[in-house]
Amino acid sequence: MSIWEYANPKKFITTTERVLPVLWAAAAISIGVGLVWGFFFTGDDYRQGSTVKIIYLHVPSAMLAINIWVMMLATSLVWLVRRHHVSALAARAAAPIGMIMTLIALATGAIWGQPMWGTWWVWDPRLTSFLILFLFYLGYIALWEAIEDPDTAADLTSFLCLVGSVFALLSRYAVNFWNQGLHQGASIMRAEAVIGTDTEEKVSNIFFYPLMLCIVGFVLLFVALVFYRTGTEIRARRIKALMARERVEA
Amino acid sequence: MIALLMRDLRLALRAGGGFGLGLAFFLIVTVMVPLSVGPQPALLASIAPGVLWLGALLACLLSLDRLLALDWEDGSLDLLATAPLPLESVVSVKALAHWITTGLPLVLAAPVLGVLLNLPVSGFKWVVISLLLGTPALSVIGTFGAALTVGLKRGGLLMSLLVMPLYLPTLIFGAEVARRGAVGMEIQTPLLMLAGISAASIALLPFASAAVLRINLR
Amino acid sequence: MSLRITDLCIARGGIPVLEGLSFELAAGQALILRGPNGIGKTTLLRTVAGLQPPISGIVEGGEDLIAYAGHSDGIKPTLTVTENLSFWANVFGAGSIATALKAFDLETLQDRPAGALSAGQKRRLGLSRLLVTGRPIWILDEPTVSLDVKSVAMFADAVRAHLGQGGSALIATHIDLGLDSEVLEVGPYKAKPPAIEDFDGGFL
Repeated sequence: MSIWEYANPKKFITTTERVLPVLWAAAAISIGVGLVWGFFFTGDDYRQGSTVKIIYLHVPSAMLAINIWVMMLATSLVWLVRRHHVSALAARAAAPIGMIMTLIALATGAIWGQPMWGTWWVWDPRLTSFLILFLFYLGYIALWEAIEDPDTAADLTSFLCLVGSVFALLSRYAVNFWNQGLHQGASIMRAEAVIGTDTEEKVSNIFFYPLMLCIVGFVLLFVALVFYRTGTEIRARRIKALMARERVEA
Repeated sequence: MIALLMRDLRLALRAGGGFGLGLAFFLIVTVMVPLSVGPQPALLASIAPGVLWLGALLACLLSLDRLLALDWEDGSLDLLATAPLPLESVVSVKALAHWITTGLPLVLAAPVLGVLLNLPVSGFKWVVISLLLGTPALSVIGTFGAALTVGLKRGGLLMSLLVMPLYLPTLIFGAEVARRGAVGMEIQTPLLMLAGISAASIALLPFASAAVLRINLR
Repeated sequence: MSLRITDLCIARGGIPVLEGLSFELAAGQALILRGPNGIGKTTLLRTVAGLQPPISGIVEGGEDLIAYAGHSDGIKPTLTVTENLSFWANVFGAGSIATALKAFDLETLQDRPAGALSAGQKRRLGLSRLLVTGRPIWILDEPTVSLDVKSVAMFADAVRAHLGQGGSALIATHIDLGLDSEVLEVGPYKAKPPAIEDFDGGFL
């Protein structure tokens, strides 16, 4: 049995409908437990006080914001190569989620930055690249909305995603060069952060487990949302196709 | 290919071809900057390279919606797609024609406008060099945006929304060269990056533009 | 050098319109397409011309031999008649514009900007482009729109001459051109929608 079987819209919907309740529940539990644990059962940071706890929203949304674009790139490529409609629709379904995640990351970052750096916004490379990522999401979604023919829209947005990815990476490099900033380096995937040897800059380990739980919860939430929204997109396409067919037959 | 280039240049120069509009826009934007931020010479001198780059970029953007849309409307693109010329060369030639009629005049006008903005003497050379290296990339990237939105009735605004993020790396490195050059800092890295972006865009983007155009034609 | 279409199925906006189409167009032959509006004649011609891919089926023998003329003529209003025509002559690298101008009686108009031409004159200019392409297979979509009786005869003569030189033509038109040609009614090939429960990748 090949994974491509799930590229059949009907099969996709029936399968995801079975998995979705589990996903919703798992996401709710992970995020709920992670947040409660993080907010009420971990101590404050010795330097940042309780403001540090916004990390439980900030880091997962920021990670998703980037990875959703990568997922869109992958599904766009699958559409261009294998012509599975579900793949293109999944990219379409994921884009607004990615845009919202970028917004959450930017907003929580601003709320965090205000007490820490004394300003809501600085043109720091990380902040700037997220703003740029937001613009890419905006353009991508706008292109989907603008084109009437669904297959044409899928093709064009896939190409935009492909070319956009290259330019987004270039922008990332460009803003890094353009301004070295205030933001600390990537917080999670460093060995020192995990084993807690470097509490100065990295996330110390008391925050680590609830944060991990929140990240898992956000990923589950994203998967559930994408499945759900892709199902909606498939039904919308089906309705559109049926209506067009009615017009032809009339 | 030469025939297509000559036709596009001739069309641009004829009445209603829009030649010079980009240039006029560049002039107006540059004049409006001192009017909006104030006439202090030191302030103007420090923002001049960035303003010139942004002005040139916007002027380029403004002229993009005629690049393919006119040929689309009158059916020329259909005919060009069935002509012996590969669509990749068609979009390359169109980008080249756009650069000659829009980008190059902007490069030549930039020093004159630099005077208005009190650009430091050391900056003139680098503003011209950075624009000369960067505007071809703007034309080629813009052609991709124009190809994406060619089938849409009022695609102009959408095209700006799509093209602007793609312009960012070029703008950042281009303006960085001009800015650093004006104050006598080291410019090698941004200059090489700018040249790299231009070269890579010219080499690779026509394939994407042609692919996108084929999708739009069907 | 004949154009062969085998079991072609084509779609417009994702909806199949014609299916099971097969025909052959040999040198010296003209084929007239007939059928009601909206049946998919334009889509068929664009598919044969290679502007859009078919859903299934094969179009062969047409590569780089086709000159296509659609609803719009690709004429630049600010260029003169001669400039418009010599541009296409240069792009295709064949044919002299003098014979083309003569065939469609455009000689007296040759220095006029194309924007100042009437609709019928523009169409004649658009059709004269076929002669400078030097390509043997003409694919024409409603070529006689806005032509008067005299111009239609002029066009028919041009097609006849083209066929005489071993060319061929596939024409969608509703008027009788007086050509010695076969007629293909596309109506019977109208695509039947698939069963409504069969819900696959194409959503239909």
